[in-house]
Amino acid sequence: MLFKILDKSEFRSLLVMLLESHEVIAPRVIATGQDGRPLHNYLPVKTPEEMDLGYETTLNSAKTYFLPYSENLSTWDFNEADWTQNISYRMQPRAIIGLHACDINALLKLDKVMAREFYPSPYYISRRKNSFIIGIDHTPCRGAFCRSLGTDTVNRGFDLFLTDLGDRYFVAIDSDRGYSTLHRVTVRDVTDEDTGAYLEVRKRIADGFDPDLPVKQLPNLMDIEFNADVWDKWGARCLSCGSCAMVCPTCYCYGVNEAVAMDFTSGAKVRQLYSCNLADFATVAGGHNFRPPRESRLKYRYYHQHRGFVETYDEPKCVGCGRCSRTCLAGINPPDIFRDLLAKEEQS
Amino acid sequence: MTPLLFPYDVTQEDEMKRPLDFNRRSHLMNVDRMYKAEIVSIIRLTEKEKLFHIRIIDRSERERFSFLPGQFVMVEVPGFGEAPISISGSNSQKGFIELCIREAGKVTTMLHRAAPGSRVGIRGPFGTYFPMEKMKGHNVLLIAGGLGLAPLRSPVTFVTENRSDFRQIHILYGTTDPSQLLFDYQYEQWRRVDGVNLDIIVEQADPAWTGPVGRVTSLLEKIDVALDETYAIVCGPPVMFKFVCTMLSNQGMPRDRMFVSLERRMHCGMGKCCRCNVGSTYVCMEGPVFDFWTVMNLKEAI
Ligand SMILES: Cc1cc2nc3c(=O)[nH]c(=O)nc-3n(C[C@H](O)[C@H](O)[C@H](O)COP(=O)(O)OP(=O)(O)OC[C@H]3O[C@@H](n4cnc5c(N)ncnc54)[C@H](O)[C@@H]3O)c2cc1C
Ligand code: SF4
Ligand code: SF4
Ligand code: FES
Repeated sequence: MLFKILDKSEFRSLLVMLLESHEVIAPRVIATGQDGRPLHNYLPVKTPEEMDLGYETTLNSAKTYFLPYSENLSTWDFNEADWTQNISYRMQPRAIIGLHACDINALLKLDKVMAREFYPSPYYISRRKNSFIIGIDHTPCRGAFCRSLGTDTVNRGFDLFLTDLGDRYFVAIDSDRGYSTLHRVTVRDVTDEDTGAYLEVRKRIADGFDPDLPVKQLPNLMDIEFNADVWDKWGARCLSCGSCAMVCPTCYCYGVNEAVAMDFTSGAKVRQLYSCNLADFATVAGGHNFRPPRESRLKYRYYHQHRGFVETYDEPKCVGCGRCSRTCLAGINPPDIFRDLLAKEEQS
Repeated sequence: MTPLLFPYDVTQEDEMKRPLDFNRRSHLMNVDRMYKAEIVSIIRLTEKEKLFHIRIIDRSERERFSFLPGQFVMVEVPGFGEAPISISGSNSQKGFIELCIREAGKVTTMLHRAAPGSRVGIRGPFGTYFPMEKMKGHNVLLIAGGLGLAPLRSPVTFVTENRSDFRQIHILYGTTDPSQLLFDYQYEQWRRVDGVNLDIIVEQADPAWTGPVGRVTSLLEKIDVALDETYAIVCGPPVMFKFVCTMLSNQGMPRDRMFVSLERRMHCGMGKCCRCNVGSTYVCMEGPVFDFWTVMNLKEAI
């Protein structure tokens, strides 16, 4: 990995250049929360002032720019008894600025499902490769448990990654296009003093985390506690609203629906992100539902995050960003569930 | 000045330029592209089920389309939706696909309204298959309940077309009543194949019924084969295959020599949408065909 030092004024020039020629997505304040702190989302921005790189977290993850909540897989033109199928993939590059380490780690996990091994998705790959990603370090957010999952740092999957050293950024470069883009403005080499400052910031961040959760035992624990009443307890509170999966940076389940235009000349096949918590997730024709009780669906989501994915990829799917906990109206959150599972295990 | 970021066009990747072939799972391809196919003929089987003979229109696509018994395709009615359907016929004629479809909802109802000559889209084949090659040289039990004969008809055709490769062949089929019997016009043909035994049973007889009455398991009791030299394929509702497989394993048949086909909701067929998951197993990729030992070990499977 190459490292450079970028003065903040030069970074601003780089932003202006990007904004002039490309779509730019960045954290933006959208409202004020009940505690008086600003709430953010990743949204298109037109000026550097619109973005807030000092944000804590966002309500929604950035996954919609890679796996849109709704996307046309294809469109149909109908003529008499025949039809033509049109498929198009994203071709316009855009910059996504200010992703935190957990969200870049989430993309690396999605890459494994969407871009490798079997049936790699051209839809996803087009969006991924047309995204120029500038990540940024930050002080730990409340309620996040990324450090327990090892997703608080990242060393690939981005183009540039910034660490704030006050008047300048310490920049990690992970791609050729990152390198050439960075060199459109003035950068300088890293000195011993910069390295010292960088290590100090990294240490301060690392020290700011809550104590680790016992996630290493989770895959095993989940298997043993498959029938535990922990699931009944939390399941009873779940509203089956699906919000947790919507905001999650790694939840990728979807459904496909089709629609015909009012004049019957065209139609579309649309993929929409779904959630395994929704009641009809596993319902088949004839009405049979393979997961009727809501606790079985809640449990299934946790299984996919912390056991199923581990079986396939040797790592959990969850990156510990804490968005699902923040969004859940019923107060359902991974750390509490883990503690309950662990307590249950210790009892027996 | 050169732009900061260059557009990336996935269609320019070498793999994307190759002819579409869903059997090359690891290749980058137009995963949502349909083979355009024509419904060449429709045969009414029962009140709710019809058999569709489908032919892929483009000749080179037809050449490329090959499947193994047990695999399924996604059938598309543009503007209405897609449904996973097992291929129900022989795999010896390339690009000709037989699908036995029950009228069950949006897409299948549209298909039931279609006339010969209508066009549908096909993606696939997807999923695992029955290990017909491994079964060669052994006795084979092919057991179906209800609509289970739709997926089972493909191995049935395979064993009749390759009769000499197998030892004893028993086909057992049960439905609720005679009006539900699928492919009744073919029983005579199957029975005439030298050394193929076909037994049919219904749970409720009607006045015209002369055959046995009861469950498919009671047919099984009468079969006399060396179970340690036998493979079985069991297709039907979960209660049925669980019952049959448990009975066979109690009589000494290894559980990993019995194969079943699981049905789950599916929206992609390619291990992406998660709708088909049983625990952490993707039924569309690791199934729909599983051996019974694996099914017993899947959490929440039956
Ligand atoms: C591997 C496999 C093989 C199958 N083989 C056959 C067959 O040979 N013959 C046959 O008649 N049926 C078969 N089915 C069942 C068939 O797929 C459903 O009846 C069909 O999807 C219903 O679609 P619909 O639009 O008519 O119903 P709707 O209830 O309107 O369904 C809407 C959508 O839900 C999904 N869906 C609903 N039910 C099912 C289901 N049971 N399985 C998967 N997805 C479902 C589909 O995406 C469908 O488009 C098979 C299912 C699977 C999984
Ligand atoms: S866990 Fe919370 S956010 Fe998720 S479905 Fe249940 S109530 Fe909704
Ligand atoms: S499950 Fe919750 S904490 Fe884990 S990645 Fe998804 S939203 Fe973040
Ligand atoms: S059908 Fe989509 S993952 Fe299996």
